[in-house]
Amino acid sequence: MTLSELPRNIPAVVVGVQDVSAGDPIAVRLRELGFVAGEPVRITAHGPAGREPLLVQIGYTRFALRRAEAARVSVKLAEAQA
Amino acid sequence: MSESAALRVALVGNPNCGKTALFNRLTGSRQKVANYAGVTVERKEGRFAAPSGRHIQVLDLPGAYSLAATSPDEAVTRDVCLGQFEGEARPDLLVCVVDATNLRLHLRFVLELQRLGLPMVLTLNMCDAAERRGIRIDVAKLQAGLGIPVVQTVAVRRNGAESLVQQLDSQMPLLPAPLPEGADLHAEVSRLLLSAVSVPERTARVDDAIDRVVLHPVFGLALLAVLMFMIFQAVFSWAAPLMDGIDVGAAWLGTAVGDAMPEGLLKSLIVDGIIAGLGGVIIFLPQIIILFLFILLLEESGYLPRAAFLLDRLMVGAGLTGRSFIPLLSSFACAIPGIMAARTIQDPRDRLATILVAPLMTCSARLPVYALLIAAFIPQQSVGVFNLQGLVLFALYAAGILSALLVAYVMKWTRRDHSEHSLLLELPSYRLPNPADIAIGLWERASIFLKRVGTIILALTIMLWFLSTFPAPPAGATGAAIDYSLAGQIGKWMQPLFDPIGFNWQICIALIPGLAAREVAVGALATVYALSSTEDDPSGSLIPIIADQWTLATALSLLAWYVYAPQCLATLATIRREGGGWRTVAIAAGYLFGLAYLASLITYQVTLALTAG
Ligand SMILES: Nc1nc2c(ncn2[C@@H]2O[C@H](COP(=O)(O)OP(=O)(O)O)[C@@H](O)[C@H]2O)c(=O)[nH]1
Ligand SMILES: [Mg+2]
Repeated sequence: MTLSELPRNIPAVVVGVQDVSAGDPIAVRLRELGFVAGEPVRITAHGPAGREPLLVQIGYTRFALRRAEAARVSVKLAEAQA
Repeated sequence: MSESAALRVALVGNPNCGKTALFNRLTGSRQKVANYAGVTVERKEGRFAAPSGRHIQVLDLPGAYSLAATSPDEAVTRDVCLGQFEGEARPDLLVCVVDATNLRLHLRFVLELQRLGLPMVLTLNMCDAAERRGIRIDVAKLQAGLGIPVVQTVAVRRNGAESLVQQLDSQMPLLPAPLPEGADLHAEVSRLLLSAVSVPERTARVDDAIDRVVLHPVFGLALLAVLMFMIFQAVFSWAAPLMDGIDVGAAWLGTAVGDAMPEGLLKSLIVDGIIAGLGGVIIFLPQIIILFLFILLLEESGYLPRAAFLLDRLMVGAGLTGRSFIPLLSSFACAIPGIMAARTIQDPRDRLATILVAPLMTCSARLPVYALLIAAFIPQQSVGVFNLQGLVLFALYAAGILSALLVAYVMKWTRRDHSEHSLLLELPSYRLPNPADIAIGLWERASIFLKRVGTIILALTIMLWFLSTFPAPPAGATGAAIDYSLAGQIGKWMQPLFDPIGFNWQICIALIPGLAAREVAVGALATVYALSSTEDDPSGSLIPIIADQWTLATALSLLAWYVYAPQCLATLATIRREGGGWRTVAIAAGYLFGLAYLASLITYQVTLALTAG
């Protein structure tokens, strides 16, 4: 599943970021911002039109991403904590 | 100690961690500090003397997420750090600034910077906020883990940077040992955090609660609209009493000075030229202050990036980006910092579009023109709960914004651009604005305005008085002296061009000094009318005169003209510097002039037709 498909307020974990072209600068930047394997991530809000942009909580930081950016990030659902 | 022996340090770090606040604290400067990424877009230099007498030169840099720069402001930081910035020697020491509440992100950049081979100091800033959130940092462990000295600061508190000053005043730290090339910096940060930092919760609970309302698809947008609306209402209703006071004061001064002086040219220069001209501009100080009060509060609270979030889709649809929001908003103060703030936009096409439409945002220099015409032609009455004058002002600002979206849309359409544009915008924590900082910010704005009045506006006003007074009328002339003057002749020569949009020759004259500073258009009208009056009431204020002599169609046409108002030379110069070349300048000036003329033409002819009946 990609981050752009993740429903709101469902905790997930980053699996990785895919380059859409060679040396994709947006993918590089996403990794620098902390989208790396194992990081907990969550969508906390959507923009008002077309559910875009997405407000993403990663690490201690909130970033606004467009769908196309979020689609580069693959995630898996976090194991439910007992 | 000699100049060259000063220790040169650079403040480096992620955006919005408090570098500029720290720079101001250290050097006593007053660079702009605000709660969003991308406030600082160029390098700024300052210096101070440490207690030992050692001179320290400090460089404030734009924030960057990494040395792999993706926008021009990040490139400045990269170049300075690498010693490749033109005319700037490489710093002796890097002060890495991090936000203690956001270490997961910020420490990665510190590890990247360690590879530069410069001595470093780590500054944990915003320790007050970290403490409030219950974040505990073991400084000794962090220091051991990173191998560089670590100090704690609160840049917004008096003496909050003492620990950093002491560190800079002591021995130069040893070169840090960088991690090997290809090492996983994120993993290293996680390791450091695990050993040295305890964080009870990943986000501040208040931020999440506020965001639930502010970013709500319906409430959020409604709140944004109400907020913008309120600001324009306040600009009119709160400022009125203060403006009346200034008006009375200027009129009194004009009469008092006029009575005390003998008839003659000097009296005319002082009363008709300087007092009428400058008084006509200064009267708008209260409105400018109120506008900036709101802008500063919004900037410091952290709300602005949220507004960008809400409006991103709209702006993308129009060929801009959510990132254009802040440069465009800064353009409400003045297009020049707005155009410079476009440096934070990564995509060159988005940046160019933003630069080209920035002049359509109503800058504060146009506020006097609007306010004058509204006061003269729009009745002071209420429409429901709203003040009609405030509504018109709001409509003028809205017209500028809508035109900007339209122009950007046309540009997007002509370049047939379907490629991807990125957003990647950080939303900061909310912060309660500090009243003292807001007061200082307002004082800064007021002094900038008054300085303009005392320098460029004064100079232009005097020049205009000369042009409007000489050559003197021939003997036996019947009309007002200005009819025969150079300015009168220029105005009448220009008038045929502006006749279809309803401008009389007095307005044509006023447009010329408005090229250098838009506010002068108002002062110029005051001077021109003071000189044109044949009866002996030179200090009469401008509002009743134009209310009496202009038609509504002319007034509305001039308002429409100023929504587009291409005539600001300083803006065009900035576009050339930031946007690249004369071609862009020609496009900007050309399309703005065309739109201004067209809008005024339509406004004038339609109003004329409607009011003719
Ligand atoms: N609570 C708190 N706020 C701070 C501190 N330092 C800076 N700020 C605020 O953080 C925001 C960003 O500051 P600024 O100096 O513009 O950051 P820069 O982008 O790194 O230059 C502003 O709203 C400041 O008022 C601090 O030590 N404590
Ligand atoms: Mg700054």
